[in-house]
Amino acid sequence: MKSIAVKNIKGRPARSVILVVISMLLTFAIFGGTMVISSLDSGLSALENRLGADIMVVPFEATTQKKFDDIVLQNAPGYFYMDNARVQQVLEREGIAQASEQFFLASASASCCSVAVQIIGYDPETDFTITPWIKKSYSDSLGELDVVVGNDLNAFVGDTISFYGVDCKVAAKLDKTGTGFDTAVFTTKDTIKRLIQSSVDLGMNIFGKVDPENTVSCIMINAAAGFTPEEVVNDINLHVKNVKAIQSKELISGVSDSLGGVSGIIRVLICAVWILGVVILLLAFTMSVNERRKEFAVLRVAGAARSRLAGIVLGEALMICIIGSILGVLLGFAVILPFNGVIEQALGLPFLLPGAGRCAGYALASLLLCTLSGTLAAAVSALRISRIDTGVILRGDN
Amino acid sequence: MILSASGLTKSFYRKTANSNRFTAVDDVSIELKDGVLTVLMGRSGSGKTTLMNMLSGLLQPSSGSVELDGKDIYSLGDKELSRLRNRSFGMIPQGQTAVSSLDIFENIMLPFFLYKDSTPQDEEYARELMKRLDIAHLEAAKPAELSGGELRRMAIARAVVRKPMVIFADEPTGDLDDENTSVVFEFLKESAHQGAAVMVVTHENDAKSYADTLLEMKSGKIV
Repeated sequence: MKSIAVKNIKGRPARSVILVVISMLLTFAIFGGTMVISSLDSGLSALENRLGADIMVVPFEATTQKKFDDIVLQNAPGYFYMDNARVQQVLEREGIAQASEQFFLASASASCCSVAVQIIGYDPETDFTITPWIKKSYSDSLGELDVVVGNDLNAFVGDTISFYGVDCKVAAKLDKTGTGFDTAVFTTKDTIKRLIQSSVDLGMNIFGKVDPENTVSCIMINAAAGFTPEEVVNDINLHVKNVKAIQSKELISGVSDSLGGVSGIIRVLICAVWILGVVILLLAFTMSVNERRKEFAVLRVAGAARSRLAGIVLGEALMICIIGSILGVLLGFAVILPFNGVIEQALGLPFLLPGAGRCAGYALASLLLCTLSGTLAAAVSALRISRIDTGVILRGDN
Repeated sequence: MILSASGLTKSFYRKTANSNRFTAVDDVSIELKDGVLTVLMGRSGSGKTTLMNMLSGLLQPSSGSVELDGKDIYSLGDKELSRLRNRSFGMIPQGQTAVSSLDIFENIMLPFFLYKDSTPQDEEYARELMKRLDIAHLEAAKPAELSGGELRRMAIARAVVRKPMVIFADEPTGDLDDENTSVVFEFLKESAHQGAAVMVVTHENDAKSYADTLLEMKSGKIV
């Protein structure tokens, strides 16, 4: 014969299903919320890592573009250029340990281009921001007209994609970052200069006749020892005209603030749902036990000790909460894994799912927390039922 | 075997014009002997059920003692007293007392179910009881499917399935027709003749004819 707790769960299917659903929603909210917060944190981290430099120097006029932050942070299609003279003036300033030029070009939504994306060119000789990251997916050097594509692009190693009529070969596909880098294309400065020239030749470059050999989009800089990034930024902005030096941490401060706000709201919602869920479970278990007071009195008459009555109530709660929590975690995975792209778009923030180990850790922690919360909510009823006055209940219900 | 109580008193908090205490049972001494069916009669509110609950180990007296073969049952801890109630006492409470999630056979086997100590012989005896009480065909039915008389017979089978030394029956025929009333009293009489001490609390005059010992309670005292 199965245990009384199991019999009680099976004997009242409607009540049991409702309690399992409440427990499932509680776990889903906590697990799902934690996954979203963690993904946002990972996304910000990935963004910081991908910038990879203390300072970014761009043409001053670029900062007035509406989409400037999106271009430099999220790799939204867009570009701007400054001439080599400005670059030289920047590189002559003190306090610069590393510097590398980058080149931007947005491909067009036209027959000349396979896909409309942001193309980023870098100098393999001096680069210290993109190369370390690309090396995780592709260890060889990029050849002429070779490109590396972001994880979200529908192109694969060996494919040929065309930009402004120039066919490029996909040499590697990058790991997922949860940032705009996932939709960008990376190549060497030689290749991008050829693409820029082609865009000019086709009359599709928004700057008209730019000279690819004399243009740079931005300079990534690391401050030398003995200099703070702030000192270098101030020095460049003071002494080099028509450029804007920006600290990376300032660049991402807007994203960081938005992320903090969203995370804070989600944390508050998780707490609210947790409190609400525990209160609902508390009431549900209390009602469930109250309506069965006479049955518990009968168990007592038949020889059940007070601790046994409490054990039956806790056993029921434990089984219900474990089932509900497992379903809640599965629901969380079912919603977040396939729809993380939709969530990322809806939030408009960098969003990178944690690794399998951390996901499993969050799942286990949510499962334990919700099972414990539900069981503790039932403990109140268990305590009350263990103190019942059997005689009064048996007589009072008649 | 003798279950004896001496000086049993039970008072409850109840605010009245004169005091805040209500004495339901007042200094009662009683003995239940094996092989004897004791019928305790009295009007509603006279203290019969309260006395029976104290005798069966379910209600701690305000004063006085209850002894089973010389051992004060209220000196035992809850687990030991519960075990004693399971092994030595069988009780038929008032009203319908089935556990709704168990079927009828499981309800009858409940005293064994709680301690997981049934044997095939116990199950055989339970089925024999069901036959004698004419509920054998309801073995797999759920309590909600049974009539009041069938549920009462189930409660009787549950009370005696462990062959207890003392059987307590609280208004066992309160909501039954004449035929079922007769079945219940005959069965309790038979249990007493087989060696159990049986105490029936009732306010039905029919019970008098089955009593070996007839007692009456009035205002918390046996008169």
